[in-house]
Amino acid sequence: MRDWLIYRTFWDLTVTGVALGSIYALVALGYTLVYGVLRLINFAHSEIFMIGTFASLITATNVLGLPMLEAGEYPYRTGFQLVLILLACLLGSMVLSGAGAVALERAAYRPLRGSGDQFGAVVLAFVSAFVVGLIFFDTPKSNLIFGIIGTGPIAWMYLNIFRRGRQAPRLAFLISAIGASTAITEAVAIWGPRDREQYQTPRVLEKKTLFKLFGTDIRIDYVIVIIGALLMMTALLLFVNRTRLGRGVRAVAQDVETAKILGVNVDFVILITFLLGGVMAGGAAMMFTLVYDQSKFNIGFLLGVKSFTAAVLGGIGNLKGALLGGIVLGLAENYGSALFGGQWKDVIAFVLLLVVLMFRPTGLLGESLAKARV
Amino acid sequence: MSDNLLELDHVTMQFGGVTALDDVTFAIRRGEILGLIGPNGAGKTTCFNVMTGVYAATSGAVLFDGASLAGLKRFQITKRGIARTFQNIRLFPDMTAIENVMVGADANHHTSVGGALLGLPRHHREEAEGRNTAMELLTFMGIADRAGDAARNLPYGYQRRLEIARALATKPQLLCLDEPAAGFTPAEKVELMDLIRKIRDQGYTVLLIEHDMSLVMGVTDRIVVLDFGKVIATGSPSEVQDNPAVVAAYLGVPDDDA
Repeated sequence: MRDWLIYRTFWDLTVTGVALGSIYALVALGYTLVYGVLRLINFAHSEIFMIGTFASLITATNVLGLPMLEAGEYPYRTGFQLVLILLACLLGSMVLSGAGAVALERAAYRPLRGSGDQFGAVVLAFVSAFVVGLIFFDTPKSNLIFGIIGTGPIAWMYLNIFRRGRQAPRLAFLISAIGASTAITEAVAIWGPRDREQYQTPRVLEKKTLFKLFGTDIRIDYVIVIIGALLMMTALLLFVNRTRLGRGVRAVAQDVETAKILGVNVDFVILITFLLGGVMAGGAAMMFTLVYDQSKFNIGFLLGVKSFTAAVLGGIGNLKGALLGGIVLGLAENYGSALFGGQWKDVIAFVLLLVVLMFRPTGLLGESLAKARV
Repeated sequence: MSDNLLELDHVTMQFGGVTALDDVTFAIRRGEILGLIGPNGAGKTTCFNVMTGVYAATSGAVLFDGASLAGLKRFQITKRGIARTFQNIRLFPDMTAIENVMVGADANHHTSVGGALLGLPRHHREEAEGRNTAMELLTFMGIADRAGDAARNLPYGYQRRLEIARALATKPQLLCLDEPAAGFTPAEKVELMDLIRKIRDQGYTVLLIEHDMSLVMGVTDRIVVLDFGKVIATGSPSEVQDNPAVVAAYLGVPDDDA
């Protein structure tokens, strides 16, 4: 009887649900922040998360030189050394995801807003030249050289087009988002050393039981995820509510034109918004690898869709809504799998979204980054 | 440094076949309160948008503080020293009054993202400075008692004055007020006139776009009258009042009830 499963494992499901939900919540913040200031669903945000998981992997193996197995055992570390390794991975994920999000905004979105800059022109020119090169060459190296040579003149051409300052229609942003998402995923799938296979990350943290709660073993990795997510969330809220740039973010979210007139550099504020979302996704990615010890080129897809669901569930544009939505979704998935069977997990997430939106069309806490301050 | 803070030199502005401004030439002198008046559709708003760099003039030159504003972004124009308020109030409704003003004050601050995240002393100092400046401005405008309330919960008169406080927080050289007395009672208008004079006495130059003739006549040093995109009169309030062209175009035929 499955019905009994939920009673026997209720607390276990709750803890893992909250941990999974925390990861959804952190990624959801990126969707919500960008939606708040740009009214844009940044579908490429899931790839920023994926980049974060690889950054964590690269930091652990290439930078810190950790092996997958040591004498047939996991390379467990303890104490101070463990903390340093985890912090290094976290930093790596946050930096790469943050940089990725900023690059994405400048190359994929900013030119469409009519304020494209050199960076966007160079990135787009290189990608264009590289793709054209695929027609003539069949080795990555010659493609790369062709791409670099082509970058200069094409970037110059793009810059001239940017200078006209034309604004693209709203749908163009969506297409750009989907395109960027596909491009990033495929780039990792094609040029990654393991192609489309799954990657293992070194398991440095021994997943011991930290304490018992209602007769359930609470594992240390779940505790780290939940506390880590709460800390990051708090830091973000403080930043948005207490600093000059945070005030700029809220001002742009409430009224772009007025913000401009008051001297707010809107393009910079948007950049900061992407950076914040990217850093949060990076943190989520590192914690994800901590729990699941794996990554893959398309790992962001389903998690991204779920996180976006969490953002809408909580009220897109609302920072606290993202947290609530993530945790509600994580719990619902876990309880639902226990009740109906694991194969229904993803169905449950979306049915929940539909039901909530029927009764509360703006999500649980209502839309608006502007009202983030309570 | 020239006496003129802002100069319009033979400015023409066309939208398709419509000429909104036709060979407009006038200047705003430093430290004065200049009124810009004219009937509806006379080109006041277009003139305003050309002055503040929203539109690029079809021909002619606009010089602010001796330099052109062409090609600058909006936030850069604000940093050069032009601030404005809106005819229909545009506050950040979900921020508190003091935060609204701080957004304006932020334009002059320089803490980096890292500085804010790390809580560097400079960030704290600038936050404190911004808060103090904002509070001073709220006090100056007489609305400090509601500093902590969300802007949308403020009474109408407070909202209007908050908008002016917020514009002043950007430390402008030129403050443009677009119909600041709209919806005010006569008593409130008198208060507003005093405030505008006080603002000028603090060293700001004020451009006032206004329909209400008593306000314009009572507070301005000079008046520019626009009609059908042309300047039809410039002068002191009394000169303009007696100008037959202005009477015909703007003030219209004497009121029957008068």
